[in-house]
Amino acid sequence: MLKAAHKTGLVFFPAFDWAIDPTHPEREERLLYTQDQVTEEGIFDIEGILELKPDLINNQDIQRVHFCLPDEESITTESHLISAGGAVAIAQAVMEKRVKRGFALVRPPGHHAMRISHGGRGFCHINMEAIMVEYIRRHYDVKRVAIIDTDCHHGDGTNDIYWHDPDTLFISIHQDGRTLYPGSGFTGELGGPNALGSNLNIPLPPGTATQGYLYVLENTILPAIEAFKPDIIVNSAGQDNHYTDPLTNMKFCAQGYADLTRLLKPDIAVLEGGYAIEGALPYVNLGIIMALAGLDYSRVVEPNYNPEKLQQAPHVTEKIEKTVEIINAHWNNRHHLRESAGSPGDIQERHREIYYDTDNILERQQEKIRICRECGGTFQIESTAMPGSRVLAVHIPQYACHSCREKGYEMYDAAPKKKYDKVILQDKPQDRYVIKS
Amino acid sequence: MIIGLDVGGTHTDAVLLSKQGLERQIKVPTDTSNLFETVLTGFNHLLEDIPIGKIKRVVISTTLTTNAIVQKELNTVGTIVSSGPGIDPEWYRTDENYHAVEGSIDHRGREREPLNHKQILAIAKSMKEKDITTLGVIGKFSVRNPAHELEIRDLLKDQFDTIFLGHHVSGNLNFPRRIATVHLNAAVYEMHRDFFHAVKNSLEQKGLQIPIQILKADGGTMNLESSMSFPGQTILSGPAASVMGSIAYAPGDMDAMVLDIGGTTTDIAILVDKVPLLEPLGIRRGKYKSLIRSLKTHSRGIGGDSHVRVDGNTLKIGPERLGPAMAFGGPAPTPTDALVFLKKMNSGDQQLAQKGMENIAQALGNTPEAAARAIFKQTCTMILDQARDLVHRINSKPVYTVHEFLAGYAIEPQKILLLGGPASYFAQEIETLSGISTEVVPASAVANAIGAALARTTCEITLLADTEQKKAMAPEEDFTAPISHKFTEEDAVETTHELLLKKALKSGADTEDMAVEIIEYQQFNIVRNFSPRGKIFKVKMQVKPGLIKAYEAVCHHCTINPDIEKGI
Repeated sequence: MLKAAHKTGLVFFPAFDWAIDPTHPEREERLLYTQDQVTEEGIFDIEGILELKPDLINNQDIQRVHFCLPDEESITTESHLISAGGAVAIAQAVMEKRVKRGFALVRPPGHHAMRISHGGRGFCHINMEAIMVEYIRRHYDVKRVAIIDTDCHHGDGTNDIYWHDPDTLFISIHQDGRTLYPGSGFTGELGGPNALGSNLNIPLPPGTATQGYLYVLENTILPAIEAFKPDIIVNSAGQDNHYTDPLTNMKFCAQGYADLTRLLKPDIAVLEGGYAIEGALPYVNLGIIMALAGLDYSRVVEPNYNPEKLQQAPHVTEKIEKTVEIINAHWNNRHHLRESAGSPGDIQERHREIYYDTDNILERQQEKIRICRECGGTFQIESTAMPGSRVLAVHIPQYACHSCREKGYEMYDAAPKKKYDKVILQDKPQDRYVIKS
Repeated sequence: MIIGLDVGGTHTDAVLLSKQGLERQIKVPTDTSNLFETVLTGFNHLLEDIPIGKIKRVVISTTLTTNAIVQKELNTVGTIVSSGPGIDPEWYRTDENYHAVEGSIDHRGREREPLNHKQILAIAKSMKEKDITTLGVIGKFSVRNPAHELEIRDLLKDQFDTIFLGHHVSGNLNFPRRIATVHLNAAVYEMHRDFFHAVKNSLEQKGLQIPIQILKADGGTMNLESSMSFPGQTILSGPAASVMGSIAYAPGDMDAMVLDIGGTTTDIAILVDKVPLLEPLGIRRGKYKSLIRSLKTHSRGIGGDSHVRVDGNTLKIGPERLGPAMAFGGPAPTPTDALVFLKKMNSGDQQLAQKGMENIAQALGNTPEAAARAIFKQTCTMILDQARDLVHRINSKPVYTVHEFLAGYAIEPQKILLLGGPASYFAQEIETLSGISTEVVPASAVANAIGAALARTTCEITLLADTEQKKAMAPEEDFTAPISHKFTEEDAVETTHELLLKKALKSGADTEDMAVEIIEYQQFNIVRNFSPRGKIFKVKMQVKPGLIKAYEAVCHHCTINPDIEKGI
């Protein structure tokens, strides 16, 4: 009798009636063949595998993470709320020990959605993983979280949300930004001044195969997680590293995904991208589910799998080894990097431009953060979107020190209302989201 | 007139109904070692002095299949499966005559690996050496493309008497359940065939020339011919018979719970607008999971004869039954003893019941009266808790579209229908505790037989149309047809409807009893590289379980016959 070694919860929400637009890759059909494969395999009949029902998240859940502009309703659909709710449902089951691990197979995805969201970027509007993580930080005794983003595109949204958070280890492995959307995620992107080293971005050259992924996992990701000692591990499980994915150029396979999952041992996995919906997703998802549950996945192999064709070129291997060296050096130096990032109490500024490809919006940001050794540091962002609104957003981090809490209110009070469409305060310690009136 | 006969584990109930009402009802003990004799006795009593020509319909529900499984009297059959990538098919081994072979079909029904005839012929040879005459053939994704199953059948049809194919049992996906279902059909086939041929012959000898209908687990019937292809569908038709017997009393436009309170267990079912809810995939009982269409019934170990004892300071009831109530000569106190002691029930030995209550009272440190009241109340509470648990589980079933999620129909029972021996004694308390209007089904002791008699013929069909691959198919019926890229939703529904009606008539349905509904509809655009390539349509349609029109009104003339009630 087939029995899961680890009790595993699954939320399956394929949103069979929702698409970005009729011919967009993020379409109704995307999880159809995955559902067919999983159903035909009788996955939900296996002892120790539970199918859970997603809950709808509410505005407060979103406001713990995002500044949505002009407001939450304008940039989300029910499908987003259910998708994030699916991740939350898994997290609840894991935290309440109804299951050991869980996987939210939901769409739409979310890992390109940043803290300020004026609309859709890379098919994402709100960030499912971040909403889930902040939900469990609020409702359960969880502080330190590791988020490992294995989608082939840089998880720039999650990277942005946790940029200043020393209690979240965010690691993204992705195809080199010089060759793929969104064009970011280079080795020098290590997090803000108060959290340097808690973001690790690992670009991989096109043509990276299973051996390359497992090399990075074993030589950088797993040691960093071990040193960080997270309370939970989250996997943003994008499936577009697959050798048949139409949008990327990698050589990963279902067996590789299952191996990666088995080694990473995530508490919670959340589906992200992956657009080889017939040739890859059914097998990759099956492999991930079986690996999570501790079942033998050795026969989960794509029908056209040919290991000869999926060899990794020597120059690719060399490049990956070099990248791992650079990342490890940064990681080992992280305490020093933070020490030398500035003096406590100082304000540091950052300017950037963000393009929303899905909704064709250009945003300009000016960010000011208080240098702090006690917490993540309060910051404010002045954001102007074209088309869109001009806002001032103040964020007081979850575990803010006394000075940073005061600084947050100071920034909020000082902001002239006339100058902006909205002045917003995200006060995490008090779980408040206030708009100046 | 029509006949309904339900062979239960301990009793066999049979009724004769005319349009005026219940003409005759009998209850005889079931002889599990000779069910044929039991059935015959039932018919003999029922048909005494009745002009045989007046009988227009006969429906039989039996525990034949269930007994065979429990007593491990299944036939030895061969099983050939082809799986392709995924979970190792070795996990689904049925017995030593189970063979996994090469060959693979993918989720869209495309061949990924051909069959190996040499391998299959060698396996067939080894089976022949063991005198195996019945074979089951099951392929992964055979409901997307049955070609491999058909190819194996054609290859081996001269070597085996009967071959059962996976894609015939259901349009639902689930390879392990498909294997289990085909194996069950194959393993009970000979026994089922011999039994019903014997029944048919003896009824014919009595001059009864009408086709026999057999009750299925989904509360519908099928004729003898159809049952030969799917004998496994007769499993657990007993609980279905009781549910069907309660339908006439259920309110329309409302949800109702049916609680069949027996000696050992309470069976719980849900009706929505007089239609019983079905299992989404098929029967599951413990580890056994199948694709056999079935009413959603939960059987829980709480009933009139449940074992009552005190554990620490806590009163425990069930799930075991040690025997009948002490009042009827049993070994240990039961809820029935509480009923007898409290004089809610007038039969049974009052003194023995009192002895039982004294035992419990002593352990609880209160009076026998208080103990009896506590047992009575706790029994009703437990039954209701189990019913609420089922409702909760149905309501937390995941859905897959935004529309379904937001529409989210939640079951909210506004009526409770009680069946079974002790039902009438519990009715008032259950109504008080639940706050839901509660009614005991009239003639509840033979409601199962009435339910069988009145059940209409049901069936289901699944159509899959793929305009990119330019074909429509309904695997259960071996239907495939070419379609154009212009194929529409209306075409899909119409094709399914036609196939369903054809199948229903073939299974013995009456044209006036075709209550058809779409139970699943999905449509997808196939998009490759930002351009539409075609559409996929999935339609599942059923003739829903219900009562035959001609006799539905009969139920309202069925009153409780006190003589029958006494026997329980």
